[in-house]
Amino acid sequence: MCSVYWLCWFFEKNKKTLDKCLFLIIKVNAMLIGILFLIGQIPTDSVFLNPPTNIIAMDAPNDRGEVIIIKWDLPEDISNIEGYQIFREAEEETLHLAGYSPVDRTEYTDQLGIKNNVEYRYRMRSISPEGIVSISSEPSLPATAYPQWFRMDYINVLAMVLLYLGLTVYFVRIARKGKKIFLRRIPGLDALEEAVGRATEMGKPILYVPGIWPMSEIGTIAAMNILKPVAKKVAQYESRIIVPTIDPIVMNVAQQTVKEGFTEAGRIDSYNEDDVFYLTSAQFAYAAGVNGIMIREKPATNLFLGVFFAESLLLAETGNATGAIQIAGTDRVAQLPFFVAACDYCIMGEELYAASAYLSEDPRLVSAIKAQDWGKMGILICLALGSLLSIFGATFIISWFTAR
Amino acid sequence: MSISTSIWIWIAALLTLMIYSFLYKDNPFYRLAEHIFMGLSLGYTLVILWYDYIIPRIYQPLFFSPHQWSLIFPILLGMMTFGIFSKKYNWLIKYPLAFYVSAFAAIQIPVMLRSWILKQVEASFLTPDKFSSVFNSINAILIFVGLVTTLIYFYFSKKREHGFGAAATVGIVFIMVAFGAAFGYTVMARISLLIGRMQFLIQDWLGIM
Repeated sequence: MCSVYWLCWFFEKNKKTLDKCLFLIIKVNAMLIGILFLIGQIPTDSVFLNPPTNIIAMDAPNDRGEVIIIKWDLPEDISNIEGYQIFREAEEETLHLAGYSPVDRTEYTDQLGIKNNVEYRYRMRSISPEGIVSISSEPSLPATAYPQWFRMDYINVLAMVLLYLGLTVYFVRIARKGKKIFLRRIPGLDALEEAVGRATEMGKPILYVPGIWPMSEIGTIAAMNILKPVAKKVAQYESRIIVPTIDPIVMNVAQQTVKEGFTEAGRIDSYNEDDVFYLTSAQFAYAAGVNGIMIREKPATNLFLGVFFAESLLLAETGNATGAIQIAGTDRVAQLPFFVAACDYCIMGEELYAASAYLSEDPRLVSAIKAQDWGKMGILICLALGSLLSIFGATFIISWFTAR
Repeated sequence: MSISTSIWIWIAALLTLMIYSFLYKDNPFYRLAEHIFMGLSLGYTLVILWYDYIIPRIYQPLFFSPHQWSLIFPILLGMMTFGIFSKKYNWLIKYPLAFYVSAFAAIQIPVMLRSWILKQVEASFLTPDKFSSVFNSINAILIFVGLVTTLIYFYFSKKREHGFGAAATVGIVFIMVAFGAAFGYTVMARISLLIGRMQFLIQDWLGIM
């Protein structure tokens, strides 16, 4: 009781002094806690993050410029590194973050906002998963992006083109000397004459659908090549050909082609420009329009030659329902099954490209087919030799075909 | 069941039925829908051409700074196609057409050679790593034989006699198997399109489901 009484008396007497002491202790503790907290936040291991070294910046080869490739050596210890920040600077650009690369990479392609013929320097720094960064690396030597006149990665393509051209010239010369080049029968094309004749006998027109792709497509060019001999035959038989097109430029080419066919047959007076017309550019609207023509004009022969997509079966089925003889040909593998199922004759893939040579018997075109065949034989030989040699570790034939 | 009260859904549903009426036979409803479809698509294309090509690629670069005067040459080349409307100047069209076809052929040849020939051949070599298991070995051999025989099928300048004819026959078998697979795959995709249209009619229009 005495002790309690004494303590109360003491606190009462020294209240102000004790309050001061208490506040001092709290302040000191708060400072200590704060200091300890700050010490805890200091990235003590940041000093151990090293940046990549030996930064090399260079122009990306075989392109049109505007791309710089950056290469570097990995830091010795990458255990605490998540990736690398890549900084770029130029005369008119202050140093700024230009990209990020994962930890295990040693190369980065910078193509954002790069201008040709401007010198760029790069610095890098490592970054840990916690966001701690290293000091910046030494800057790279300046690099300049510029376009190349010649793409070395296409050298094998150039070699193939030159080889093919050489073969074509060789076979054209042989053909001009009078040697006949053999072409095997293509049943679908042999049936063209019969199909045109049938339409003439029935007094009905021939419908020629050149696909739904513009003139930039090889299949459409092939369709135009076939159109000319077909138009010539139609003119010779004094029949009528209807060519609805999906593209205005294809329409122009088709008009010229049909006109040339009629001119060669000496029947330019029979040529009706309105029979080669533009329908619409929408795929299924075009299909609906062609279906309508098939139902109303009732052509005796339908020729679907060119590039086709989902509308192929719609067209072929409608033509089949009208009882027309149908010959279809496309280089779109996914559409060929539908044509095989719904048409009388089908010209498959490369047969479409060979068709114009086959129909015209023009020595230049036939020579091109012969050159292509030699190309195929060359590929077969390379396949066999390359596979055989790869067993013994020699892969130079395979690497020649590798797209670089 | 709650039939839609949206006029647009009604129009879409009726046009769908009009197009499907072609399955019975050609009729005035199908013709009406066909002509609306074609007319609309043509109008839509014109608007797209105007706003996506004429305005941003011709009008603005020519008449607003910085002027791109070099565009005059392709524009003139393009305008030559209008020569088709004149009997006197229709020969003009040959120049843009010749440029267009030859330029695209030149662009396409390297791309096609690279992607359709070089890459395909590269992937078809029978290298030792393709024989890592029995299944892989069979697969690699099938692909190799299929490629060789299919190439032989598309060989045009030699008579199909003896071994060459037999190889071409094997090639056509491979081609037909591929066609069968593609046919089944695509039919499945087309059925899903039909299901989508039926769902529109039954759910969105009639509100049955």
